Amino acid sequence: MSDIWWMILRRLALGVLTLFVVTLLIFGAIQLLPGDPAQAILGQAATPETLAALRTELGLDLPAWQRYLNWISGVLHGDFGVSLANKRPISELIAGRLANTLFLALYAAVIAVPLSLALGILAALWRGSWFDRAINVLTLSSISFPEFFVAYILIFWLAQSGLFPSISNIPPGAPLAEKLYRTFLPALTLTLVVTAHMMRMTRAAIINLLASPYIEMARLKGMGPTRVIVHHALPNALAPIINVVALNLAYLITGVVVVEVVFVYPGLGQLMVDSVAKRDIPVVQAAALIFAAAYILLNLAADVLSTLSNPRLVNKR
Amino acid sequence: MVATLRFTLWLAVAVVAAAVLGWLFRAVLTRIAPANAARLLRSAPLSASFGMAVIVFYLLVAILAPTIAPFGEREVVGAQFMPASSEFLLGTDNLGRDMFSRLVFGVRNTVSIAFITTALAFAVGAVLGLLAATVSGWIDQLLSRVVDVLMAIPALIFQLLLLTIVGTSIINMILVIALIDSTRVFRLARAVAMNIVVMDYIEAAKLRGEGLWRLIIREIMPNAAAPLVAEFGLRFCFVFLSISALSFLGLGIQPPTADLGSMVRDNATLITFGEVTPLLPAGAIALLTVAVNFVVDWMLHRASGLKE
Repeated sequence: MSDIWWMILRRLALGVLTLFVVTLLIFGAIQLLPGDPAQAILGQAATPETLAALRTELGLDLPAWQRYLNWISGVLHGDFGVSLANKRPISELIAGRLANTLFLALYAAVIAVPLSLALGILAALWRGSWFDRAINVLTLSSISFPEFFVAYILIFWLAQSGLFPSISNIPPGAPLAEKLYRTFLPALTLTLVVTAHMMRMTRAAIINLLASPYIEMARLKGMGPTRVIVHHALPNALAPIINVVALNLAYLITGVVVVEVVFVYPGLGQLMVDSVAKRDIPVVQAAALIFAAAYILLNLAADVLSTLSNPRLVNKR
Repeated sequence: MVATLRFTLWLAVAVVAAAVLGWLFRAVLTRIAPANAARLLRSAPLSASFGMAVIVFYLLVAILAPTIAPFGEREVVGAQFMPASSEFLLGTDNLGRDMFSRLVFGVRNTVSIAFITTALAFAVGAVLGLLAATVSGWIDQLLSRVVDVLMAIPALIFQLLLLTIVGTSIINMILVIALIDSTRVFRLARAVAMNIVVMDYIEAAKLRGEGLWRLIIREIMPNAAAPLVAEFGLRFCFVFLSISALSFLGLGIQPPTADLGSMVRDNATLITFGEVTPLLPAGAIALLTVAVNFVVDWMLHRASGLKE
């Protein structure tokens, strides 16, 4: 028992270390900017007074390590600083949007995960059949589609006929059913993009296992193909499948950015894109940190869960 | 219901047309290609031959763009959002430029920029990856840890962060995407080379006194080529999609340069009026990536020697 806890603790420590390095990277990238960031931000509009004011505002008159400490301690207290563009506190800008983004990602995940597992298992069960080949071509195509193409096809097809709204603005205090209805198209877009990856990997993981001797044994015993796959192959395919699910949830995090822009959904991704165009560095830093943290967290969860699902790894000396 | 039926019908027509195109292309190629290549091509599945046909078509469009396009890339030729006519094959865009000409030049610009970016990412990633595997020791450790850190941030987020810092322009976008994608190439090149470095003939080459570069280029590179070429195709798709996504977000290729991603963004309003034209540039992106993926799929299948 203690072994497992040690393992989890080690992974957690590694995750925290990665997160720490990533904060260094996100913070440090800005220091790499040749010349003076204040000058770069102001550009043509730079006068000595505005430059000095912006420098104090950004804390550029302090040494780099002190600025990093200030920033990171602020972040740990939920204070991301102040937006350069509209002088509002970033935590205030982000709070509602982060909830929206998480809602959308979760919505897509709830549809995509069961769907792709079921499709993957079916394709493995009937591999070589027309179903398998059609699914193979379809998923390979949808992997190579840009997200906005999928989104606009759905708009053209489903929003044109008035079935669903093409702009997913959510009035404050809307009931859950309306929220689900209004965000259906973005969630469906994300589902389509992610399902292809997950389904292919699930199929590959199961087919890989089907070559092993114990599966052949089960088959020789006279077991039906469904029972072989569900009872014998699936438990052992769990580790790769968990990994794939977590990786794709992590992928959702980046997919969400483009989809939010297409559907004008008030999420964190859209805020980040707007801020990049305005070169609002503190907001981009905060958004990048949140996205990166979520990404690292999901990868960490995948790592721990897939280790736990394999008794050999749990009891390793 | 009618819309669904029509959609399914179109899908079926597209699939059949693609299969026929692939079959024709393969038939023509096997006739004109030399015997060796013809035998190889005959074994290509329909999806791969379709992919090759599409790639050749895109190359032709990219090379011959100025002759194909009836109007200039930045030329304003009519009113905004004019419907398709015999003069403007696909109508005009949000500034009154000919959509068809923009599409042709967009293919040329986006494909060539994506190719340059991929080549750059590949040169950096593959050389460093092979070097790390060959030399090992602290250089390997250092490079691998740096790549680990760079890969801990999702690609699109990292691109956005870096673009904020360096500002948006074509050169900056190429450098940023190449940097981020080279980490993925590095991983693969290193993993592939790791298995080659332990071979006996590498040992023999070392004992023969071959230098580091000769070792990498003459001994390791040829044996790592097959997976790396497949990876080049896949990388190209990812880079192409990244560039399109960034341009779509307004942070990549800047106007007035024609480009597929920003064309979608500029004309997106038309979709709500039931026009298909804004879907065409997006479809052009999708078609090329699908085509490359089909070809890569076939190459990987052949290289792995899998027979189903």
